[in-house]
Amino acid sequence: MTQLLLFNITNGLIIGAFYVLMALGLSLILNLSNVINFAHGGFLVVGGYIAYTITPYVGFWGALLIAPPLTAAIGLAVERVLIRPLYGRDPLYSLLLTFGLAFIIEDGTRFIWGAQGKPVTIPTFLGQPLSYDFFFITGYRLFMVIVVVITVALLFVLLRYTRLGIRIRAGTLDLETVSALGVNVRMLRSLNFAVGIFLAGLSGVLAAGQLGLEPTMGTGLLMPSFIAIIVGGVGSLPGTLLGGLLIGVASGMTAVFFPAASEAIMYVLMAVVLLIRPRGLLGEEGMLT
Amino acid sequence: MTTEHTRKLIALTAIWAALLLAPYWMAPLGGYTALATRVLVLGLAAMSVNFLLGFTGVLSFGHAAYFGLGAYGAGLTLKFLAPSTPLSLLFGMLLGGVAGAILGALIARRRGVYFAMVTIAFGQVFYYIAFQWSSLTGGDDGLRGFSRQPLDLGLVKIDILSNADNFYYFVLLCFALAVGIMGFLLRSPFGRTMIAIRENERRARFLGIPVERHIWIAFTLSCFFMGFAGALYALVNNFADPRGLHYSQSGDFVMMAVMGGMRNFWGPLLGATVFVVLQDYLSSVTVNWMSFVGMLFVLVVLFFPRGLLGFVRRKSDA
Repeated sequence: MTQLLLFNITNGLIIGAFYVLMALGLSLILNLSNVINFAHGGFLVVGGYIAYTITPYVGFWGALLIAPPLTAAIGLAVERVLIRPLYGRDPLYSLLLTFGLAFIIEDGTRFIWGAQGKPVTIPTFLGQPLSYDFFFITGYRLFMVIVVVITVALLFVLLRYTRLGIRIRAGTLDLETVSALGVNVRMLRSLNFAVGIFLAGLSGVLAAGQLGLEPTMGTGLLMPSFIAIIVGGVGSLPGTLLGGLLIGVASGMTAVFFPAASEAIMYVLMAVVLLIRPRGLLGEEGMLT
Repeated sequence: MTTEHTRKLIALTAIWAALLLAPYWMAPLGGYTALATRVLVLGLAAMSVNFLLGFTGVLSFGHAAYFGLGAYGAGLTLKFLAPSTPLSLLFGMLLGGVAGAILGALIARRRGVYFAMVTIAFGQVFYYIAFQWSSLTGGDDGLRGFSRQPLDLGLVKIDILSNADNFYYFVLLCFALAVGIMGFLLRSPFGRTMIAIRENERRARFLGIPVERHIWIAFTLSCFFMGFAGALYALVNNFADPRGLHYSQSGDFVMMAVMGGMRNFWGPLLGATVFVVLQDYLSSVTVNWMSFVGMLFVLVVLFFPRGLLGFVRRKSDA
């Protein structure tokens, strides 16, 4: 029993790490630009399909390096043309626009790559289970966690020590003042959006190796990221990190006792957090609420 | 009478005349009565969303959940409790409304994007319940095996099952009732307070208005309307679909409201008409209708953010 529980907690942490990667991108965009990016799942799928397309030429490692920046470039173009005119307007509009965008992306990927699921080949040594008698976890899952840890560490270094990161954090608190200090806020928002979409693209490549690819997979992965942000507290990136891991573990553990509820437990967790601590675990009072 | 008054009166007469005569003018235009029924029901749903969105200024993006609950409530009543159309409408409405009241208490303190996110996430709870609990709800296939029942008025029985026109007028009656109550609420001091909150929440608070409680009540009321619309929708299709609870359905409702014009009482009905007819047409001519609907979202947001009615009004003012 203990072993089963331990296995599921580990499993939950792995899934949670994946949620974190996706939710952090969503959270970055939400915090600075007040845009709920409904198309985030769509960008994830795009990243996955780009990886699928270029893997035959550059291999898995090449795809892992190339696909996320390509996705970010597409994101940057979308931000320039479609989302930029909406800053400063009611968040309703960016919500509706990205919602429509998610439709277009899903239908577009189906049009280009077909409705059938597509596998992405991963290096064989990553596909092996690490150990047969104790934990049945493939090397790929461990690899995913390593990538997430490195990426998150890099992201926090970027936000803490670089000029861009400091500006993003300052802008999250008070964009008007940042603008008054002579920072190009438009550029800041664009770059921030690109970083967020980069994370979505990376999540897409990782997810493709684990789950294969389907045009509809983005929608299903979007909700856990939402919950991770709400549980952790809107406006707080460490909160999103904590929230993602927490819902991963919670659903992993529930899978042992009551598999049908492993998805529902995330919502229960969210309801409990909202009841006890409405601002979210690490959220600050007054942020975006 | 002022010109403003006359203009309103003419518009109202035109709307109701068009609705009353729909079965007669739809057919020659290539429509069919069932389509008009669907427009009415989805229009009522969009108006219920707008009750909150347009008049209280609170962005709920999970209202499909209460619509879907209404549909399942009505379906389950007809299937397991009693073969009675009015009873199914009542229970459907109650299910949607009560669920809204409970969740509304949890989320009424949130604002802006945070409110939107929480409503979406909670809305998805019901989607998962409907999806997973297949022994009761039919799971992915939806709830089947029920149909609307003839209306028994004691002296006469009205067949609304096989006679499409009769059913249309029954739905129109329900629609008129709900819209009448909605209009009455908006004219009441409570409705005026809602608008005050929309216009300037801080000021409303300083005037001593309990803003959270008002938002909670508005949310609950709109969920009751939503549940009622959902129950009607179950009767329209003789079927309840889990996808009716999904947040993408919520997005459609918000879109209808925005496309018609959020600041206008009748705007969402116009939006629903355009949306439903367009979707009906597109899905019959192309498999890529999703792209077109998505494009519609993008275009409306970028070029007609005030909706069709807002656009027309601005032109006529200029």
